[in-house]
Amino acid sequence: MRPGRVAGAALLALLALGPFLPMGGMRQYILHVLIQILIWSFIGGAWSVMGRFGLVSLGHGAFLGLGAYTVTLLWNFYSLTPWIGGVAAAALTVVVALVVAYPCSRFQVVGHYFALVTLAVGEVVRLLIIAERNWTGGSLGLSLKPATGDSLLAMQFADKRVFYYASLVLWLAGLWIWYRVDRSMARAAMEAIGEDETAAASVGIHVTRFKMGITMLSAGLTAVGGVAYAQYISYVNPDTLAGIGVSLRIVFAVVLGGMYSLLGPTVGTALTIALGEYLRVVFGLRFIGMAETIYGLLLILFIIFLPSGIYGSLRDVVARFVRPARLASGVR
Amino acid sequence: MIDPIFLLEAAVNGVLLGGVLALLALGLNLIFGVVDIVWIAYVDLVMVCMYLVYFLVMVYGWPLWLAGALSVALGALLGLGVHLLIITPILGKAPVNQLLATGGLLFFLQSFATFLWTTDHKTVRLALPILEVGGMFLSFTRLIAFAISLVAMLGLWVFLRRTYIGTAIRAVSQDREAMALMGADPQRVYFVTSAVGGAMAGLAGALLIIQYSVHPFFGAAFGPLTFMICVLGGLGNMVGAFVASFVMSEIISIGGVVISTEMGYVIAFVVFIVMMFARPGGILARRG
Repeated sequence: MRPGRVAGAALLALLALGPFLPMGGMRQYILHVLIQILIWSFIGGAWSVMGRFGLVSLGHGAFLGLGAYTVTLLWNFYSLTPWIGGVAAAALTVVVALVVAYPCSRFQVVGHYFALVTLAVGEVVRLLIIAERNWTGGSLGLSLKPATGDSLLAMQFADKRVFYYASLVLWLAGLWIWYRVDRSMARAAMEAIGEDETAAASVGIHVTRFKMGITMLSAGLTAVGGVAYAQYISYVNPDTLAGIGVSLRIVFAVVLGGMYSLLGPTVGTALTIALGEYLRVVFGLRFIGMAETIYGLLLILFIIFLPSGIYGSLRDVVARFVRPARLASGVR
Repeated sequence: MIDPIFLLEAAVNGVLLGGVLALLALGLNLIFGVVDIVWIAYVDLVMVCMYLVYFLVMVYGWPLWLAGALSVALGALLGLGVHLLIITPILGKAPVNQLLATGGLLFFLQSFATFLWTTDHKTVRLALPILEVGGMFLSFTRLIAFAISLVAMLGLWVFLRRTYIGTAIRAVSQDREAMALMGADPQRVYFVTSAVGGAMAGLAGALLIIQYSVHPFFGAAFGPLTFMICVLGGLGNMVGAFVASFVMSEIISIGGVVISTEMGYVIAFVVFIVMMFARPGGILARRG
């Protein structure tokens, strides 16, 4: 086995045993942070599925919000189980993504323009949620109707460990999908499209079909992430789940980690959440806003000095040292 | 049925809002056209300038015109600072990184403002009368703000058309490489552009604080709208941005009266999305 695989297996074993390791009185809090990291890493991965091909979306908050709100409203008003509601939410989001992506691709809306169109979509969803305040609760948000005790049907559990394992599985599934896309024809096609659309079309790549497929996949996965988040927090709010703020946060985490590698989004998300939590604990209620200020400042510095992301830069450094040695000894 | 006089009032208010929006959009569009980077945090610079005017006028008792002049100066300084500290290191990097660097500035300014000045809404109150014209009630404050922003835009137009550096700015926005080959110094053009764009943010801040209250999330409220106006007008296209400002402000103002404030914005954003597909180069672009 190669060292990379050993490290991966060890990490996985550690994550699987996570809830049973001795953590003292911090158990609930650490689990809470880990669950958030896993869910947001999954969402970041979903973003990077399309982001890595130059389809930079600043509107993934729209997909996240649609997913979270659809499942919550279906449960609260029609008592529809989140298992079916989640599928409905993902389906609805994929349809919305289709409606946006088709004209974008058809009329060659790319680069800055694509980013700004998706940003508008994100804001539209946020404002619609606020405007329909009679049943969405407007900017006050909405709590999930509590089920009686633990319920698999309602996806509500008192024990955080259940959510921990569920989000671990979700995260692994996200990584698997990312890996499959990475090894598929779609990747080659999308990279060609990202370089030059006209040239790609001239060698027989169906530009619109690939672009829409990848956008729908990314949107659907993001909606699933939204469902998972809503079920875990059991409260949805338009400002934390839709609009420009959360959309930028997703992109930040991914770019910080490095969007061209499998674990980049996870590393970036883990770092930003850990940093946010650390600053929050340090400053507490004393200097409101100070934690976010430092966060913003660090983001600017990271973007300027580590343009290919932390994980990406780190891997480059490691590769520079490891590769010559491997070549010399003839081991691959 | 809504009384036509309300619709007319909304339409006039839309024009008045459009004037200030146009000022914002022109400043952002000038920078975009020349430096080719969207400053996501542009309206947050405006927010900082609004706080400056608020403190000078309401806390230290300065006259409004002097505070406004200082706000323009602060805006120009901020524009230069952003260009030197954040934009210069990332020129020529991947577009997503450029967007995110100014996005990081957005988080920074928003939360630093929260830290320094809390989330309270702060207002500069002016004792100016409300005019009644044919049954409509118009705010005199807004009329003045509209007039000043028109004069400022005229000034920008003269600057771009009649001065040497203005001509250089227009030339760079047309063809960056060719201008460098012609012996122009792109760095100098970038500096002047960022300072002028920043100064317009400062002026817009001074004009906005007398109409709206300022809070740390002001940028989040007006920012997306400003980008959309720029894109709708055609990125870098000044006349287009001017026209687009009034289109958007009318939709928001009339939609707000007829349905609800949020739906006014929703309709404006949907119009933006549809227009992007119908006319990707902006409303005034020739169809290629």
